[in-house]
Amino acid sequence: MIVTNTETIPGKAITEHFGLVSGNTIRAKHIGRDIMASLKNIVGGELKGYTKLLQESRDQATARMIEQAKQLGANAIVNVRYSTSSITQGAAELYVYGTAVRVT
Amino acid sequence: MIDIIIFLSLVAMGYFIGSIAERRHFRSLEKRETIELLQPIVTMEDVGYPADQIEFATLVSGSAVISIDYFKRLLASLRNIFGGTVKSYESLLDRARREALLRMRESAPDAGVIVNVRIETASIGRRANKKGVGCVEAIAYGTALKLRK
Repeated sequence: MIVTNTETIPGKAITEHFGLVSGNTIRAKHIGRDIMASLKNIVGGELKGYTKLLQESRDQATARMIEQAKQLGANAIVNVRYSTSSITQGAAELYVYGTAVRVT
Repeated sequence: MIDIIIFLSLVAMGYFIGSIAERRHFRSLEKRETIELLQPIVTMEDVGYPADQIEFATLVSGSAVISIDYFKRLLASLRNIFGGTVKSYESLLDRARREALLRMRESAPDAGVIVNVRIETASIGRRANKKGVGCVEAIAYGTALKLRK
């Protein structure tokens, strides 16, 4: 599976479009991380626990998108975008979407 | 009385530890940004490489979550009264974005160039001037092109 965020894949020709595919995760921080983060809020700096959480949810959302594209029979996803939104306090959504295509 | 002492010591801790950490972070950012091994990054899609020179293209990304310190939050809430540029938040956002960009570049060391770079920012916590976690998360992503030698 080739995943890019450009409209075309260099050196390949798109032969078939399968439409939009997307994946999302909604993550909440567990209380331990919250406590650590609020302590870190006094002195500032990187919140490593949150960075890891963000990374994991990004990977998971991307994996879900790829899964969806595989079911459609695509072998590449182009024009991928990430987007984030916070729904409630303490939980955030990470959304990734792109266009599933077949390339040769 | 005790409340005031706690408040002042939090502010002092935020100021001293926070500014030391920030200076250290900026130094490390500057050092890592000047490493010559890092590939160029551009926001446009096409950089004019012929298609047969490109071995493969893949999505790469990097992220960072940076928290604000207590002293800066106080400065920002004071700034909210008078208006104007909130310098203390500017450096926070700058750090988060640069760190995310660097992590993205470091995750693709063999790429010749990273094209179509996009930066997304969001805050996980509640609003920074409210009680709770004030932090900013930055995601940088783009397409890494590996070139044939």
